[in-house]
Amino acid sequence: MSAVAPSSAAAAPAALPSARAPARRDAAARALAPRVVLGLYVMFLLVPIYWLVNMSLKTNLEISSGMTLWPEAPTLDNYRRIFTDASWYSGYINSLKFVVLNTAISLGVALPAAYAFSRYRFLGDKHLFFWLLSNRMAPPAVFALPFFQLYSAVGLFDTPWAVALAHCVFNIPLAVWILEGFMSGVPREIDETAAIDGWSFPAFFVRLFLPLVAGGVGVAAFFCFMFSWVELLLARTLTTVDAKPITATMTRTVSAAGMDWGLLAAAGTLTIVPGAVVIWFVRNHIARGFALGRV
Amino acid sequence: MAKPRDDRAWLLVLPVVALVAFSALIPVMTVVNYSVQDSFGNNEFFWNGTGWFKELLDPSTDLGGRFFDALWRTLLFSALCLLIEIPLGIGVALSMPRQGWGVSASLVVLALPLLIPWNVVGTIWQVFARRDIGLLGAAVNGLGVDYNYAQDPLDAWITVVAMDVWHWTSLVALLCYAGLRSIPDAYYQAARVDGAGAWAVFRAIQLPKMQRVLTIAVLLRFMDSFMIYTEPFVVTGGGPGNATTFLSIDLVKIALGQFDLGKAAAMSIVYNLIVLAVCWVFFATTTRRESEAAR
Repeated sequence: MSAVAPSSAAAAPAALPSARAPARRDAAARALAPRVVLGLYVMFLLVPIYWLVNMSLKTNLEISSGMTLWPEAPTLDNYRRIFTDASWYSGYINSLKFVVLNTAISLGVALPAAYAFSRYRFLGDKHLFFWLLSNRMAPPAVFALPFFQLYSAVGLFDTPWAVALAHCVFNIPLAVWILEGFMSGVPREIDETAAIDGWSFPAFFVRLFLPLVAGGVGVAAFFCFMFSWVELLLARTLTTVDAKPITATMTRTVSAAGMDWGLLAAAGTLTIVPGAVVIWFVRNHIARGFALGRV
Repeated sequence: MAKPRDDRAWLLVLPVVALVAFSALIPVMTVVNYSVQDSFGNNEFFWNGTGWFKELLDPSTDLGGRFFDALWRTLLFSALCLLIEIPLGIGVALSMPRQGWGVSASLVVLALPLLIPWNVVGTIWQVFARRDIGLLGAAVNGLGVDYNYAQDPLDAWITVVAMDVWHWTSLVALLCYAGLRSIPDAYYQAARVDGAGAWAVFRAIQLPKMQRVLTIAVLLRFMDSFMIYTEPFVVTGGGPGNATTFLSIDLVKIALGQFDLGKAAAMSIVYNLIVLAVCWVFFATTTRRESEAAR
């Protein structure tokens, strides 16, 4: 039951029985098509990742001496080097620091703003909204140099704060956009009833309203985490030593003996793990979240 | 019901405005400032008026030629990405299961590439497509096709586009999937009663219902592919020659490599204005459509 039922349901939209195609075999072929498409696509997604993991378990000698589809002598040496060398594992800690800071700042300021946009009209609201979104559209390359100078001038250069604040430029607009979508889905009668019942605005917002948009807050946090975690250009430009993120550390694996492919692959594999964990936690909200709460 | 007008809502928006203004307005002013000045180093600047802009927009000069070459390359890249990713994303979304364990599983797998740091995406494709150690490169060469993305411009383009398809088609698919899920079953039942074929169901029910999310998808994909920097930078470094030097890569070369502040600033502004103009047209048409639908 378990294996057959979902797939036949999956095929439902594509395999509506047509009046002109009575043949049973035709319908069966059409029910199979979606599974084939999805299967091929999933393979296309997973094979490059598998190759990275495969390489991370090989020694450099095995990588350079010939192609093997799986590691013949699997070794965890590459991972051991990352976990014992401070210049490697501190990169992960630095990355997590600015990602968490950025997510907290973005959500903290975006929540009240999204509420304002979803509940009121006010002077210049539409222009303000587009101005905010326009920052999401600015190429990071445009900001790299001025950010470097700005954060050097205020003494934040090479701290997690510099990267966290820099990432706010594109994460805050996104968080406002997502949260506004989710909040607009909550009927305004709730606000009015709470006001009549004598709730103060802060108490209402934190204790009544926030639980109603909890899904949206989770999705917004997911997106802030995602875009801050994957960004390299600004994170690399704004740090040198103390706050260098793992992604920047990875760009320097060229040694005198050539590329250290095994180590690079191991470091890359480890950067996939936090993302995979986060996805697992939000998997049920993910589809709606990607539509920014507007479905 | 119309939203009430209340200018006190500005108080709720103020933190966002302050933070984004600090992180965006100051850098933008710096860029504008540089774009109208020239410098011989030593922090001595003098007025250059619109000189940089004239040079930039005149294809017969060095800078202008370089700018327009990179611009056409970036536009071609964005066009290719949209042409492949949008239909493929729709196809994948249509073949996704609608219930059962397959839903969570395919959502998690699909979202995986989106959470991988962009330079790691570059690394994955670098090790996957190399002819000496990569599965793809070795397999293609094994089939007798001479494939080497480091030397042949066409191969480099194929690799970079394939990488972007791998990286971002999931976003389109997840958005479309969210749109598809919002279609009530009654629509499909009505279509079945009418004896509509799969194509008719797609054109009459599924495509119109996906229109809003597709707009978001096209907008996000245009913005991000037009601003792409990290992934091609890791894989090809803009080469071979200048074959894959997109606008961002060229901009960073001028700004942080050669420290030509005036040229880089003028280029930043024109670049940013192009993205803004396209997105504004999109934003305006969607909001108009939404307000018409609300009426």
